[in-house]
Amino acid sequence: MKKISLPLTQKIIGQLKVGDDVFLSGIVYTARDQAHKRITELIKAGKKLPFNLEGQVIFYCGPTPAPRGKVMGACGPTTSSRMDKFTPLLLQNGLKGMIGKGSRSKEVARAIERYKAVYFLAPAGAGAYLSRCVKKSNLIAYPELGPEAIYRLAVKDFPLIVGVDMKGRNLYA
Amino acid sequence: MRKIKSDAIKEAVSHLCIQANLVLRKDIFLALERAYRSEKNKRAKGILKILLDNASIAKKEKLPICQDTGMAVVFVEIGNRVKITGGNLEEAINAGVREGYQKGCLRKSVCEPFSRRNTRDNSPAVIHSRMVKGEKLKISVCIKGFGAENKSQVKMFEPTAAVKEIKDFIIRVVKDAGPDACPPFVVGVGIGGTADYAMFLSKKALLKKITNYRLPITDYVSKLECDLLKEINNLNIGPMGLGGKTTAMGVNILTYPTHIAGLPVAVNISCHATRSATKTI
Repeated sequence: MKKISLPLTQKIIGQLKVGDDVFLSGIVYTARDQAHKRITELIKAGKKLPFNLEGQVIFYCGPTPAPRGKVMGACGPTTSSRMDKFTPLLLQNGLKGMIGKGSRSKEVARAIERYKAVYFLAPAGAGAYLSRCVKKSNLIAYPELGPEAIYRLAVKDFPLIVGVDMKGRNLYA
Repeated sequence: MRKIKSDAIKEAVSHLCIQANLVLRKDIFLALERAYRSEKNKRAKGILKILLDNASIAKKEKLPICQDTGMAVVFVEIGNRVKITGGNLEEAINAGVREGYQKGCLRKSVCEPFSRRNTRDNSPAVIHSRMVKGEKLKISVCIKGFGAENKSQVKMFEPTAAVKEIKDFIIRVVKDAGPDACPPFVVGVGIGGTADYAMFLSKKALLKKITNYRLPITDYVSKLECDLLKEINNLNIGPMGLGGKTTAMGVNILTYPTHIAGLPVAVNISCHATRSATKTI
C-alpha cells in the first residue's frame, strides 16, 4: 500500500502502476456532470475557472449533506464514464488526477497517457466508509447545483486503486 | 370504511426513506456476508469487507449507505375499505419524501429533465399504487440510485423465443452494466405484460427478499432465477468489476400474462446497496 500526499507531482505519478493500492491525502475537488459542462464552457470561452486545474485532482462525487456535528455526509464516487467527453480538455488544461468508479474510454486513457496524469478508483457504494477520510469540506462554486456543486475537500488516507496509469494502461481493459 | 390520515402516510414515507437509506436490508447484508466468506479473490474479498464495514458505519453513525440516496420509488397497496382523510395519497407521499430527505440529511438528486434544475427536496417520487382488498395500506419505498438505474433495459421478444435467448439477454444486460452499476447486483427481471408493465415488474422484483437457494427447487421461475444467478456469477465481473465469484447476490423474477404476439422482458439492475423498506398502516 503506497501513501501519497497531494499535489500530484510528475515524480509521484511516474511511480504509480495500474492496479496499485494507494492511500491519498491532501486537497481534492468534487465535480460531476453539470460542473464539468460549465468548466468546459468556461475553458472554451477563455474565462476564469472556479479553481485552477493545474496539478489538481477531481473527485467525481456529489456528497450527501453533512449531518450536524459531522464534516461530511456519505461521499462515494459516481460513474466516471459520464465525464469522459469532458476529460481530455481538462487534462489538456493541467488536471492531473481523477477519482471515480468504473472504466474510462480509450480517448480518456490516451489523454491520460499524453498529459501524464492518473485515474483512481474509489470503493463504489461505500459512501459512509469514505466520509471518515474527509477532514474538511468547503463549497467553492455553483451552490445552485445543490449536490453537484464544487467542494474543496481535505482527505486523509483515501483508499484508492490506480485505474489508469500514466502509460494509459486501463485496469478494466 | 377505515379512515387513515394523510399525515400518517406522510410520516410513514418520511421514516421509510430514512430507514432504507441508512440501514441496509438484512437479506442484502447476509448475502454480502456469504459473498465475503466464500470469496477467494483477495481484491474482491477486500472490497466486500469494505462494503460490510460501510453498512455497519452507516447504521451506527446514521449516515446514508451511499451518497446516491436515489429517486424514491413508492409502491402502495390501498385496501378498498380505506378512506384517506386530510389530503390525497400522492401529496402525502411527496410530503413524506420531502420531509424524510430533509430530516435524514439525504441527498436531493431529483431535477427537471431539460433545465436540470434541482427540485431541492427530492420530490416528486415515482408512485405505483394499486387497490387491494381490505382496510390496510401498505407502503414500500425503494431507493433507486442511478448508477444502476441507467443500465435498465427492456426487450420485446417473439412469443416463440427460446428461454436461452431470454437468459442470454438478461446476462448481456448484466455484462453491459459492468462496474458502473456497483456489483454485486440484485437483478430485477419482469417477464410478460406490456413493455411498461414488464419494466414495472422488474423494479418491483427488487423488493423481494433475495434467497439463498439451498432447498430443492421445483417451480419454473425459481429454477430460472437459480440458473441465471449461477451463470451471472461465472462472468467474473465481481465487486467493483475487478473480478471475483459474486457478480450478483440474487436474481428476482416476477411474471405476468402477456399477449399471444409478444414476450416482453425487462431488466432492472440494482447495486450492492439495494435499498427498500416497507410499512403497513
